[in-house]
Amino acid sequence: MSQQTERPKREPRREGSPWTGLWAVVAKEMADHLTSMRMLILELLILLTAVGTVYAAAQNLRTTVGQDPFLLLRLFTTAREPLPAFVGFLGFLVPLLAIALAFDAVNGEFNQRTISRVLAQPIYRDALLLGKFLASLFTLALVLTTIWLLIVGIGILALGVPPSGEEVARGLWFLLLTIAYGGIWLALALVFSIAFRQPATAALASIAVWLFFTIFWSIIAQMLAQALRPVRIGLPQEVLAQTQLELVLSRLSPNALYSEAILAMLKPSVRSLGLVLPIQLQGAVFGAPLPLDQSLLLIWPHLTGLIAATILLFALGYVLFQRQEIRA
Amino acid sequence: MNDVVLESQGLSKHYDGFVAVDDLDLAVRRGEVFGLLGPNGAGKTTTILMLLGLTEPTGGWVRVLGFDPARQSLSVKARVGYLPEQLGFYEGLTARENLVYTAKLNGLPRDEAQTRIDAALAQIGLSDAADQRVATFSRGMRQRLGVADVLVKQPQLIIMDEPTQGLDPAAAREFLKIVHRLKAQGITVLLCSHLLHQVQAVCDRVGLFHQGRMVLEGTVTELARQVLGSGYRIHLEVEGPDALEESLSRLDGVLNVTRSDSNLYELEAEKDLRPEAARAVVEAGGRLLLLAVEAPSLDEVYTRYFQQEEVGHVATD
Repeated sequence: MSQQTERPKREPRREGSPWTGLWAVVAKEMADHLTSMRMLILELLILLTAVGTVYAAAQNLRTTVGQDPFLLLRLFTTAREPLPAFVGFLGFLVPLLAIALAFDAVNGEFNQRTISRVLAQPIYRDALLLGKFLASLFTLALVLTTIWLLIVGIGILALGVPPSGEEVARGLWFLLLTIAYGGIWLALALVFSIAFRQPATAALASIAVWLFFTIFWSIIAQMLAQALRPVRIGLPQEVLAQTQLELVLSRLSPNALYSEAILAMLKPSVRSLGLVLPIQLQGAVFGAPLPLDQSLLLIWPHLTGLIAATILLFALGYVLFQRQEIRA
Repeated sequence: MNDVVLESQGLSKHYDGFVAVDDLDLAVRRGEVFGLLGPNGAGKTTTILMLLGLTEPTGGWVRVLGFDPARQSLSVKARVGYLPEQLGFYEGLTARENLVYTAKLNGLPRDEAQTRIDAALAQIGLSDAADQRVATFSRGMRQRLGVADVLVKQPQLIIMDEPTQGLDPAAAREFLKIVHRLKAQGITVLLCSHLLHQVQAVCDRVGLFHQGRMVLEGTVTELARQVLGSGYRIHLEVEGPDALEESLSRLDGVLNVTRSDSNLYELEAEKDLRPEAARAVVEAGGRLLLLAVEAPSLDEVYTRYFQQEEVGHVATD
């Protein structure tokens, strides 16, 4: 009954922008995150940690007010028994927060069976995936920025010293580094949420990777370095080669990158993050703080490394998602 | 050309080694309700995914409203509503919030979206439940909300995949009424189902899908003629002379006459022959007690087709 028609000519390109509908997805996902119970619990946890550690640090620092030009930054790094410093907590709270934001991003849509309905709207998959990632990243940034502002506020009140411009600038770079660090874990949880149909599996896999880097990677890096660059006779070159390899290996872990980078940002007196030979220290003024641009130069590879890893993970998730069958 | 909203030729989809859809030629005209039938796994859902550009065809071509779904999926999806078999909503959001998200994804301005959402909810009778969470909805309400969700974009074509599955009879009837109303509004509907009497109740034409191929296509009467050899079945109860078979079978269009009881006859006919049969009985001196016609049932067509199919396979083996 249908008359034979000619095969119509094929359009050469996919029509429209891949980002059509992106902001609708971002707005909806952010609203979901900000009203979810899960986020409320984690926000409270981080808030309590922040208030506790910063209060303890401020108590400690009151004694040294006036001797330290970077008092505000000390708030983040000063530990007082039995509480560790705030940055110590951040090292594992940020991954936890990021994983909680993204582990059910895509498989949640499949399990709620909303995926086919959403993708039947005039948007591409690109917009859905990037929208989900951006919404999580913005939520993470929002939470961290709020806490950062809160800490600075408490600090000024408790210490009674207004921060200098450089302190604020260093503090902001620290915030940016923390968000970039969170980005990696977000992208990782997103990849697992695409790869695994069960949200619980995705969450456990993300936490397993995080534990691996937090606890085991430094041990493995050390063992690998010892195996690959053994110290046979005890020559200084051998020791040096082994230590350098260990450093390179340990920096594959985002945790190591992050902790080194914030160390350089929050402690201006840190002059180098690698090995320093006595010969290289000739003429150095010990204890003198580095200017901000020099500290930035020091952490630049770390920051780009964190961002690059995030982009790579997102790209992996993108490829996986594009190849996925939509039928539930 | 303009009255064909959906057309495909040689459309195929292969998954490594497995043929889901094989050389499908399909044409759906504007304003009709077309039923796509077939057993589970016949390739219905795969076909729908290709129509929406959610899966790329392996071969052949398809045009939906004149657009190529693989390349112009945004244009297709802006004009075609899809009610999936596995219909899900965001449980934590209200019915209205779910529809607002759909409206935003369709790029509708806020005021326009509100008007359309109110109209859609009113049309399917969910205005009162609009601000309840979807988690509290029954299956029937969800299915109707699905229709509202589709109506928000004011589609020209709606594709429904097993829409009445799992509904209780009342909800299913209600749903079929909605389909009738959509047709009255001039919306073309492609309905995939294996619930035959429901398909028969709403569809203008049907296509029977089997192992990735469209094996039969046409109105139910056409299919009945093709498969059963006859479209209508006329039951007669006659008191009086014996041996009415002969005079009945002489009628034009009668294919077969069977006498099941002493005075019960059954005619298989190409058309509705009730008046002619009545006259034949009276002229032969019989007293007509009952005269009933059974329109061809899709159920019968379907069962018979697959029986023949099996027999055919056995015969060729």
